[in-house]
Amino acid sequence: MLNEFIRSFRLMGLSIAVCVVAYTALILATASVVAPEKRLGSLLYGSDGQVIGSRLVAQPFTRPEYLWPRPSAVDYNASGAGGSNLSPTNPKIRERADAILANYKLKDGATLPADLATASGSGLDPHISLAAALIQADRIAMSRQVEVSTIQELLQRQAASRSVPTTDSEGLVNVLEFNLLLDSQLKSVESL
Amino acid sequence: MMNTWFLPILIISAAIAIAWPLSRYMQIVFDDRSQSPIMRRWHQWLGWGLGENDATTTWASYCRSMLAFNFGMFAIVFGVLAFQDYLPLNPDKKVGLEPTLAFNTAISFVTNTNLQHYSGEAALSYFSQLSLMWLQFVSAATGLAVLVAVARVMAGAKSMGDFYRDVASASFLVLLPLSIMVAICLSIGGVPMTLSGAVEATTLEGATQTLARGPVAAFVAIKQLGTNGGGFYGPNSTHPLENPTYWTNIISNFCIIVIPMACVWLFGRMTGRIHHAHAVFGVMLVLFVGFIGYAGICEQQSTRALDGLPITSASSLEGKELRFGAIAGPLWAVSTTSTSNGSVNAMHDSLNPLTSIAPLTGMWLNVEFGGVGVGMLNMFMFIVVSVFLAGMMVGRTPEYLARKIEAFEIKLALLTILSHPLFILGGTALFAATAWGKDTISNPGSHGLTQIVYEFTSAAANNGSGFEGLGDNTPAWNIATGLVMLFARFIPIIAPLAIAGSLSSKRATPEGAGTFRTDSWMFGVILLGTVLIVGALLFLPLAVLGPIAEQLRPS
Repeated sequence: MLNEFIRSFRLMGLSIAVCVVAYTALILATASVVAPEKRLGSLLYGSDGQVIGSRLVAQPFTRPEYLWPRPSAVDYNASGAGGSNLSPTNPKIRERADAILANYKLKDGATLPADLATASGSGLDPHISLAAALIQADRIAMSRQVEVSTIQELLQRQAASRSVPTTDSEGLVNVLEFNLLLDSQLKSVESL
Repeated sequence: MMNTWFLPILIISAAIAIAWPLSRYMQIVFDDRSQSPIMRRWHQWLGWGLGENDATTTWASYCRSMLAFNFGMFAIVFGVLAFQDYLPLNPDKKVGLEPTLAFNTAISFVTNTNLQHYSGEAALSYFSQLSLMWLQFVSAATGLAVLVAVARVMAGAKSMGDFYRDVASASFLVLLPLSIMVAICLSIGGVPMTLSGAVEATTLEGATQTLARGPVAAFVAIKQLGTNGGGFYGPNSTHPLENPTYWTNIISNFCIIVIPMACVWLFGRMTGRIHHAHAVFGVMLVLFVGFIGYAGICEQQSTRALDGLPITSASSLEGKELRFGAIAGPLWAVSTTSTSNGSVNAMHDSLNPLTSIAPLTGMWLNVEFGGVGVGMLNMFMFIVVSVFLAGMMVGRTPEYLARKIEAFEIKLALLTILSHPLFILGGTALFAATAWGKDTISNPGSHGLTQIVYEFTSAAANNGSGFEGLGDNTPAWNIATGLVMLFARFIPIIAPLAIAGSLSSKRATPEGAGTFRTDSWMFGVILLGTVLIVGALLFLPLAVLGPIAEQLRPS
């Protein structure tokens, strides 16, 4: 029996050295060569070098001049992510949707794309569908005092450039990246 | 229509195409009968590192080594989790876990379950995460080692082999190279890989957001390959830093099923019965594809709570991420529960009620490929039972791989198979009747029952996924599921060792014209029937009371 414990300890030591220390070091070293920025969390920086966020992680947006993301069950907490875990039959989903509908002030006959009425699994889904972005174009255009077509065009271009090869072929819009684009592209318009 | 099913077809065919050569490679690693000079040298090195073993090992001594090593794994990691605040690599100053949570978590990772009653980025230091990553390697290697030992004696070897050598070979020659490749692909895809702590961001609207990071890519690779499933982040592979793109999702889903598939063929190759393995593989594949089709169709139904509101109809999106595409959720849900992996890319609590029957049944059966090594071991028990049933039907002494199956083997096999529903039904009954369970559910009505059922099912299947709305970080849940995981892991590992040990001590009977062939269509049909009737029928009342009742309830 003593022999079992000695050999167990030797295997533990060996496997920790190889599968934890060496493996982690190797992947750290490789990642710093092949993905030097992505390995730190795909961070986006402002002009002053300040971290604005990660291109992969959703952030809260509530001001009318910005595109709004999908609802988050954890209030976009990127250090404690999670979903709503509500059953699709749970009335709480309907209550939440009612509040969201009130927020979007749809025109008569218009419908809200389902991704804006449902919380994602992580609460940090960085994308919305192109349809969900287009229904926000009016609001963004009005608060930035530009033509709606300008916003629509930017959105179409963004969705096409970031098209994810999903079965929903219309494409997705990365909310944070688009809002950064809005700020950089429309600065000149504001100053006019 | 074609587009919808493209992703499942791509992932399953790719996994089958890689599993076949992988099983050959694993045979070279483990099969002592045809040892190459390289493997002889490798064993010499391992002998220096690990010490030499006795020339022949019985099933009992192989089992003893396995238990000694697994106990050591538990002790070390329990200590690390409970005292992580005194250990290095803790940039975000996490405190030690409460004892029952540390117990549950250490058991969970030792048993290859990875049920998580904590949220990774919120509760664990990098040191703790890396110690769990160690268990993800060696627990998967334990399963593989036992399968290999069973295959060895069923092939006629006198010795089970050396457990320590098998675990080392499984870790270093099988899991490690695959993990390195996958981790590099994932980090190219955008999964973080750093030892620096969380970063503070200031959003465009002036709010602060803290972005948790860590050595995620290395962790996720072995989490998927070793059918572990424990996420670095709380919401597992739904998290955009754990699974950032459409492509990382494909890679991850592929990794979930590839080694379990290869294990079936490895067993066939090592016992010299590759046609038998084809028949078993076929049965598993039929079940697997059937569940994917079923779940894929059920999940196209839109979120029912939104009916009648001015909302565009779409497939169910609650708990799902857009970047993976609509079919990716149900495909993954079936893959992860059929293989005892347990990672998720969509919240299972928010699956449509009828869809959730697919992951539940996957875990109730626990053999449609199953966990690394242990999936084939579970199937081994069902094979023993079906061969016995077939033998009874024609009134002949049943044989499996030329060995007579008698009372001892069949008793052990049945007890093992029946222990699975006992843990699930017994646990559910206890918790559904008491405040231990009733106070922790988060959804009303039948769905609340399904949450309790799911938690015990996941623990008993060593799966680790959950209906995460359940408030499961309580001492009662931690201890109950901890014990269930422990017994549900080691009973189905020790019993096949004992059966194989007993069978191999019997004289081989030459196969004749009257022998029931285990590589035929007939065998496949009987095995499929046995799995469904013995494995699933007991759970039918739960499926009716939980998901089906929820579906039928008028909204």
